[in-house]
Amino acid sequence: MTQADLPLAAAAGSAEARAVNPPRKPRMPGLVENTPVLNILTHVILLTGMIILLFPMYLVFNAATLSLQEVNAQPAHLLPGDQFWNNIQEAWVTRDFGQKFVNSLIVALGVVTGKIFIACITAFGLVFFDHRLRMPIFWMVFITLMLPLEVRIVPTYAVAANALQPFQMIMDWTGISWLIQTVSGIEVALEWNMLNSYTGLIVPLIATATGTFLYRQFFLTIPDELVEAAKMDGAGPLRFLVEILVPLSRTNIAALATIMFVYSWNQYLWPLLIVTDPSYGVVAVELGKLVPDTNSTGGAIPNWHIAMAGTLIVTVPPVIVVIFMQRWFVRGLINTDK
Amino acid sequence: MSSRGKDMRRAYFKNNWIAALVVAPQLLIIFVFFYWPTSQALYWAFTFEQPWGGGNEWAGFENFRMILTDGRYWDSIRVSIVYAAGATVLSMGMALILAVFADRQLRGYKYYRIGAIWPYAVAAPAVGLAFRFIFNPSAGIMSYVNAAFPGFWDPILNGDHALLMVIIAGAWKQVAYNFIFFLAGLQSIPRSLIEAGAMDGATVLRRMRDIQLPLLAPTFFFVLVINITDSFTDSFGIVDTMTAGGPARATNLMVYKIYVDGFQGLDYSGAAAQSIILMFLVIALTVIQFRYIERKVHYT
Repeated sequence: MTQADLPLAAAAGSAEARAVNPPRKPRMPGLVENTPVLNILTHVILLTGMIILLFPMYLVFNAATLSLQEVNAQPAHLLPGDQFWNNIQEAWVTRDFGQKFVNSLIVALGVVTGKIFIACITAFGLVFFDHRLRMPIFWMVFITLMLPLEVRIVPTYAVAANALQPFQMIMDWTGISWLIQTVSGIEVALEWNMLNSYTGLIVPLIATATGTFLYRQFFLTIPDELVEAAKMDGAGPLRFLVEILVPLSRTNIAALATIMFVYSWNQYLWPLLIVTDPSYGVVAVELGKLVPDTNSTGGAIPNWHIAMAGTLIVTVPPVIVVIFMQRWFVRGLINTDK
Repeated sequence: MSSRGKDMRRAYFKNNWIAALVVAPQLLIIFVFFYWPTSQALYWAFTFEQPWGGGNEWAGFENFRMILTDGRYWDSIRVSIVYAAGATVLSMGMALILAVFADRQLRGYKYYRIGAIWPYAVAAPAVGLAFRFIFNPSAGIMSYVNAAFPGFWDPILNGDHALLMVIIAGAWKQVAYNFIFFLAGLQSIPRSLIEAGAMDGATVLRRMRDIQLPLLAPTFFFVLVINITDSFTDSFGIVDTMTAGGPARATNLMVYKIYVDGFQGLDYSGAAAQSIILMFLVIALTVIQFRYIERKVHYT
């Protein structure tokens, strides 16, 4: 188990080991209580909860199986029809969910790989080297937790339009631009437009305070002896990282990968802002465009059946990941907290 | 937060060039996409910014004054608070009940657990669209209700209904997250305590009330702060797909208003000033959260 600085992560971490591996034996060995009424009540409460959580998804699935007339019929059809594949196909082909699905996969895999890579190497640099900037850098990364995208939307968009703008402005202020222009005659005009590109969809999202934190916690548990042994065998830092730390951190990787996949697949605001070219669209954003009628009434009969088919397409991949990787997912969520 | 003791190693690698090389990528990204935009937001908030570049002038607190005297901004604050309170109470309440009873680990425990966790994976816009359909006055199941009582439910025209609908969708999405933390919190309570209670003759319900729930308090407050913070920021996808802030700005949450003012109204200075206010709110909540976690050490 990761040794944690954060007491909550520590407490939750040990708990989560049990949460994800349900004990085979009864929860309270030696504590035999016969509470038939309470047991029935427990099941009733839990089943009610399950229904509340599942029923909306059933209605989505149900609507995705109906035809245009059926989905708008009153009273509503509550049993599935036979139009499921037609509707999925309509969303997939005509509404171009196929292409967007591939884009979502590319972005999600890019973000997951990027986050794990960058978290790993940053934490490596912060834990295994003795330099004065360790804590300042750690805090700089950590403070980004308090700056979610939502509170810096407009200027972040401006940066994505030209990722080199900060450097340009700094060079202008400090007079470096002027210097270069006078000396070499070249006007400094840095530009790197990230709008409508995979780079723009991926790179700004791969900074990760939580991932860095998780990796740092893990690296702090690596015994000094291991470092010393590696040095004695003549392994340099990079070799130590690749051949010893990375294999040891497989658990971390699985946990981070699961949680970050869900996170990046479900990104909405960022792709909504920076993508205007449909060929870079992702499914989550495309869903917003399937909204049948814009807010007010009027217009044509709403295509709820297609919208719900699209909702299913967006929902299924991360749900499958969470169900199959439940163990890693819970661990990732609890250990990274937020 | 950092415990110096644990942080101290005896064995280090000497090559600080490599250290610089490996921390550089992340520093570069957070500089360009976090600190720079944040400083820009601060700058814009204190200047009159032209939408398409071309000069700006110092404004002092004028942008803030304009926002804070705008009735619409206060409306959006009020709506955000109602949303935060409603969604938090609903989702935490439901998650707590489910976690406490799931923790009894009767038969089917594994399935109950999956059943409560999977909604976490559903994207905000998918939740929004699904609930928009479900609460649609003329197509979803609410059409039954409206057929019996015409005009009973109309989130398209009635602002209160729209806000309620957004709250329910937001709460539904958040239940899974809260459940995971509550269950983990419950399972970290030492068994010996519960066994001792049982031996003293405390019933299951009595133990829940007098042992488990009080000991869950730290987790509870942690989850509470996270929920409030999230409701101020993460609600964007739900609002955008469900109501787009309407009708008549009844669901115009603060984060949504920033987006609309900035990107549709092209009022960069106003949006930036609102961002700064929201940012301080998030920072305050995060600080409370960490102070709180530090305190927790003393009584667990």
